[in-house]
Amino acid sequence: MIYFASFLIGKLNRNAIPSDLMTLGAAVSIVAGLIFGALIITYLHKWKYLWKEWFTSVDHKKIGIMYIIVSVLMLIRGGVDALMLRGQQATSVGIHHGYLSSYTFAQVFSAHGTIMIFFAAMGMMFGIINLVLPLQIGSRDVAFPFMNLTSFWLFFAGMILVNVSLGIGDFSAAGWLAYPPLSELQYSPTVGVDYWIWSLEIAGIGSLLSGVNFFTTILKTRAPGMTLTKMPMFAWSVLCTTSLIIFAFPILTVTLTLLYLDRTMGMHFFTAGAGGNMMMYVNLIWAWGHPEVYILILPAFGIFSEVVATFSHKRLFGYRTMVGALVSITVLSFTVWLHHFFTMGAGADVNGFFGIMTMVIAIPTGVKIFNWLFTMYKGRIKFSQSMLWFFGFVGLFTVGGVAGVILAVPPADFQLHNSLFLVAHFHTMIVGGVLFGYFAGLSYWFPKIFGYKLNEKLGRLTFYLWFIGFLLAFVPLYILGLLGATRRIDHYSASLGWQPLFIIAGVGVLVIASGVFVMILQHVVSFLNRDSLKDKTGDPWNGKTLEWSIPSPAPFYNFATTPIVHSHDFYWDVKNIIKHEPKEINDILMPKNDSNAPIIGITSVFFGFAMVWHIWWLALVSLFVIVAILLKRFNDENPNYLLSADKIVELEENYLIFRQS
Amino acid sequence: MSTQNQQFDIHHVSLSELRKEESTSIFENVSFGFFVYLMTDLVLFASLFAVYAVLHKNTAGGPAGYQIFNLNTVLVETLLLLTSSFTTGLTILSLKTKTKKNVYINLFITFLLGLSFLVIELNEFSHLVSIGDSWRVSGFLSSFFTLVGTHGLHISIGLIWMIILAYRLHKTGFGRANIRRFTIFSLFWHFLDVIWIFIFTVVYLMGVTRL
Amino acid sequence: MKHKNKKIIIALSIVVLLIIFFSIYLSSLNFEVLNPKGIIALQERNLIYLALGLSLFVVIPVYTLLILFAYKYRASNKESDYKPNWDKNAVLETIWWVIPSVLIAVLGYFTWTSSHALDPFKKLSPQSSKNLRIEVVALDWRWLFIYPDQKIATMNYFKMPVNTNVTFYITSSAPMNSFWIPQLAGQIYAMPGMNTELNLSSYQTGIYRGLSANLSGIGFSNMTFNDDVVSTSDFLNWVNNVKASNNALSYQKFLELSKPKVDSSIINFSNVDTSIYVKLINSYMNPVEKYKTNQNLNNPMAM
Repeated sequence: MIYFASFLIGKLNRNAIPSDLMTLGAAVSIVAGLIFGALIITYLHKWKYLWKEWFTSVDHKKIGIMYIIVSVLMLIRGGVDALMLRGQQATSVGIHHGYLSSYTFAQVFSAHGTIMIFFAAMGMMFGIINLVLPLQIGSRDVAFPFMNLTSFWLFFAGMILVNVSLGIGDFSAAGWLAYPPLSELQYSPTVGVDYWIWSLEIAGIGSLLSGVNFFTTILKTRAPGMTLTKMPMFAWSVLCTTSLIIFAFPILTVTLTLLYLDRTMGMHFFTAGAGGNMMMYVNLIWAWGHPEVYILILPAFGIFSEVVATFSHKRLFGYRTMVGALVSITVLSFTVWLHHFFTMGAGADVNGFFGIMTMVIAIPTGVKIFNWLFTMYKGRIKFSQSMLWFFGFVGLFTVGGVAGVILAVPPADFQLHNSLFLVAHFHTMIVGGVLFGYFAGLSYWFPKIFGYKLNEKLGRLTFYLWFIGFLLAFVPLYILGLLGATRRIDHYSASLGWQPLFIIAGVGVLVIASGVFVMILQHVVSFLNRDSLKDKTGDPWNGKTLEWSIPSPAPFYNFATTPIVHSHDFYWDVKNIIKHEPKEINDILMPKNDSNAPIIGITSVFFGFAMVWHIWWLALVSLFVIVAILLKRFNDENPNYLLSADKIVELEENYLIFRQS
Repeated sequence: MSTQNQQFDIHHVSLSELRKEESTSIFENVSFGFFVYLMTDLVLFASLFAVYAVLHKNTAGGPAGYQIFNLNTVLVETLLLLTSSFTTGLTILSLKTKTKKNVYINLFITFLLGLSFLVIELNEFSHLVSIGDSWRVSGFLSSFFTLVGTHGLHISIGLIWMIILAYRLHKTGFGRANIRRFTIFSLFWHFLDVIWIFIFTVVYLMGVTRL
Repeated sequence: MKHKNKKIIIALSIVVLLIIFFSIYLSSLNFEVLNPKGIIALQERNLIYLALGLSLFVVIPVYTLLILFAYKYRASNKESDYKPNWDKNAVLETIWWVIPSVLIAVLGYFTWTSSHALDPFKKLSPQSSKNLRIEVVALDWRWLFIYPDQKIATMNYFKMPVNTNVTFYITSSAPMNSFWIPQLAGQIYAMPGMNTELNLSSYQTGIYRGLSANLSGIGFSNMTFNDDVVSTSDFLNWVNNVKASNNALSYQKFLELSKPKVDSSIINFSNVDTSIYVKLINSYMNPVEKYKTNQNLNNPMAM
């Protein structure tokens, strides 16, 4: 009987339901939220609409929007985690021990890091790439639309698994990169680390597929005439990012799999003893992890290149050096991973080499900053919300860069590694660099996707709240690091006098939270005023790239006629020099919606869950289902349909009428 | 910009013509995309090779490579796989004859060769496990089983793929799409051959010569 | 207008007041990283200042240009030049490839030399036999300090003489930890089955805070210890006192001790089995059950 039960449900048992109130409360509130959302959709009879128009849509713009919605939800979930962490640290001093147990605290910071990087930042990045990239290179769609939707659903499945861990079992308490031997079975016997492994494994495969997809899209489906040197900067940054994904993500897949084999099959890759080598794990995970940081930041660089040039009403300064800098960053990003563990005692030669390589990366980054600054030179700068994010970015990224250069000197790193100084450094880069960049991009391209602009006043308020909140939240951390405070502590001695700094940092998180609130408010207010904010021209900012040459919101077929490109900043030239020619419209083939992808995603959740709990029959069944669906899809003879020229003409004419109204 | 002057010039194209055009671009995209995927697979194997290189001397008291490897069987495996790579080439060539029988025969031979390879490998694995030298013994054996096993997993996927190819050919004949499917399969199979050459050299030859 | 000025003045004075309070508060804190009491930590702090100073050569121009350009070329300022198609200048672009490169070359030189000069494994004096040797074992979740030459051991604190070169041999019988005494020297990882080393020397007596800087499980925040730097004579007295205490530490007892426990109590041991450290590291090389008896198969490469 027991054998049968363990066959049926693996390691699952009654104890899987969390016993501590905090976790249970979080799980219950998430479930309640989901049920509430489902009820509203049912009440409005929107299920069919959602399924037909969104969940199965292979339109890259809709996929992009879905990515962004999920990533914003995850940003909020990760933000709540951050609030809990600072709440604990502000109150857990001396004889007081805070409201979280050490174990729960460790789960919260592990979840915070994992969610923010994989599901907030990566999600928003793929969202923006999906929204913009095909439009910018004059393409009808990505190279593999079905694969694109599948990537999204794998990302979604990974996200679901992380959140399932709240209610069934627990999450990893070994930090966001789960260094062994702490993450090995001996020290983490619960399923937490397995949840971590499988959510990242599934989402990671989605990312890898997206990388292959967009890499192919850029190299194969650009509009005629758009050679690589005529490609917009954002497209260049995506090309670099995707090539990093192609080289980095397989390493993650391998590393996670080996850790899982250690935990499940009793192998000895990273165990202490029996020939395992935990230093190898740290090397492998950072051989992925360092490029990952650049995967996130490069698209932000690309966005700023578009934003600064547009709102300075000038061409981007130094196109050639910009591309050169991007490519050198891409190459160099694979030569610096060891700076994450100078303190492992690898020896002076190794440390010295990686220290110098790390500093060398600062050179092309500096070049980019100066090029942006000189794009503003002799321009007409409009202080729009997107531009404010750029100013905030330069202000913070420079400080973060200095901290980075200091950390790159190995003996200085011995004093700052694993301290809150380090935490403050990478948050400066990832919030001030990555997130600010994505926010700039979202407000910049919003009218192209939705057809109306975002409210400027609330957008600026959002920026100020984020910026001030950031300073309040992270300047204390720089100070705490210099005081000798390490990351991940849930308790410290009162005599150290650190409490006021942690309280200020906590207040900073609250200010950022209000920034998120205002951001949501901005979207609500803009939606209600969408008529007055309507973008009739399709080119609200006087842009330079192809996406601004088509109507807003962009039609589902993107371009009525495939543009032929003669220069970079082509649309800028079109508006100023070349006369418009009549459009020659042909019938086009469009990909059909695809219900296979969401089913693959949902099945992946079951697969991941089964792997976590060792329910082998379920794992096999789900794997079988996924393979069967794929086979069915690949045998589909006609995955596309014909969109007739008449229909396109009708839609385009409607747009012209709308434009004149 | 005045919109009054703007005119539309409508062109209707026949569906079959469009499909043909589309399939040309799909052909290129898929071949290129698959090549990029193979690059990611290459990185995956490179990581596993790196892991093996780090761990291959960590026998932790267990056996080292020269004590468990049998070069004869490995040589047979290598010959089987190399021959199958050759017959894959023949399969692609026979596509041009447009005779299903030729293709089936070549594909079947490739399948049999691949299957025999897999059987020999599984036999080697089960022998090692049965004498107690499983992946639980040491870091070396863990990385050996994982590296060689991952290649074996790819081979099994290739075998399933061959069955599907035969089914496709039976159903839809020598269409462009099927030519594409055969081409990228042969790319995959050759790739596995290259990986095996590395496994043969790095794991078995260097293992036996105690390098 | 006047009313507005008044508001600004009030707001400004509140900000100034807050800054003053904040500075007074900060000056009461011990900036351990910037307030070294050992020669290694001193050099490491100086490196931090050097890297910061060199970076300012880039930071100051960036901030200046950012504010200047943003102000001068704002859209509302129709007086300023407007050159929408000015998009390249070879001289300028060369300048900002070259100048940062020069700065990085300078800093790179210091990085290379300091990485070697401050290598934690490097002994501070050529006659290493004169160094005080301390073996550090990170337990779940405590620190054990073994003095192999004195045959004593302490838990969760240790003493060392001032102006003496000390060599720490560091390992772990738990997950990875990081051994860090901010005012004396930077950290280094403590890893099971492995030996790392740290050399340092303190030039001032006092009690310095030490800690684990790397997450090692639920008791991690509690893994702090005090390093009591005393005069040489005080140190010798203390060693004799500990030797006189009657609390021996055998390997068996060590294994008992190393079971997971959150505990910050201070314990002294005399009559310490000095092979504990090596035995602990070697215990990670033990073969699995099947090969335990057959030592001939042992890999020659293992330690």
